[in-house]
Amino acid sequence: MEEARFPRLGDPAPDFEAVTTQGTIKLSDYKGTWLILFSHPADFTPVCTTEFIAFAEIYGELKKRGVELLGLSIDSVNSHIAWVRNVEEKMGVKIPFPIIADLDKVIATRYGMIHEGQSKTAAVRCVFVIDSSQIVRAMIYYPLTTGRNMAEILRLVDALQTSDKHGVATPANWKPGDKVIVPPPNTQEMAEERLKQGYECKDWYFCLKKL
Amino acid sequence: MAACISPDGKPTQSGIKLLHALKSGAKSPEGVAQDSGLPLFRVRSGLRELAQAGFVDPKADGYELLPAGRELISSSP
Repeated sequence: MEEARFPRLGDPAPDFEAVTTQGTIKLSDYKGTWLILFSHPADFTPVCTTEFIAFAEIYGELKKRGVELLGLSIDSVNSHIAWVRNVEEKMGVKIPFPIIADLDKVIATRYGMIHEGQSKTAAVRCVFVIDSSQIVRAMIYYPLTTGRNMAEILRLVDALQTSDKHGVATPANWKPGDKVIVPPPNTQEMAEERLKQGYECKDWYFCLKKL
Repeated sequence: MAACISPDGKPTQSGIKLLHALKSGAKSPEGVAQDSGLPLFRVRSGLRELAQAGFVDPKADGYELLPAGRELISSSP
């Protein structure tokens, strides 16, 4: 068994080849598109079912942003198939994205998804945002008891993609359309010039602009 | 577990869709994704399966149909 590791922001996403509900998929199959890899504790459990319905509901919005979704739990592919069929039959929601069957926990271990303080046998609720160059750009970890917030996941993707596109940062509670933060100057000369550049500046280090 | 090849070794509907996308000649996975409407990750994994099953040939500039793949789509709509 591999030693549990935690990916770090800015590192290449740990590689994998996985059995999923949509065939065998490699991480490299996603090169050129963004990917949200997320884990859930177990099939046929209530919080996970609400999350899967919610992920399915934002899938269209994610696709518009060039983002694919990929689920994972330590369950068999037959269990995944039975569960997504049940969700469709009972809740009327089709799960359009693949789910990894990580029975041997290899991928969960590689991504640090098993937190023994929570469970020795199930993954916690992780979200890894991986960009089109397969770099880990953001991570969210939630406990077994607490379902994730889809609006925050979309907001996070929007913020990361806006930062990449415009070379800016985003303030607390930012949402698309809000002002963004101009990176702080790193020389005295740039600090003086910054105040003359027409940005909305609170001070030399804190300037906002509209996109 | 394969998505484009069924346990009897024949391509599934998704597999046949990918084979049809190669009818006009060799294409990159990106080109096949554009023509078939399938997500790029599905195209990449599907073409890999079809290559392992002997229906397509991976080339430097993309994938092209092998005789078994060409024969199969000539008999399917």
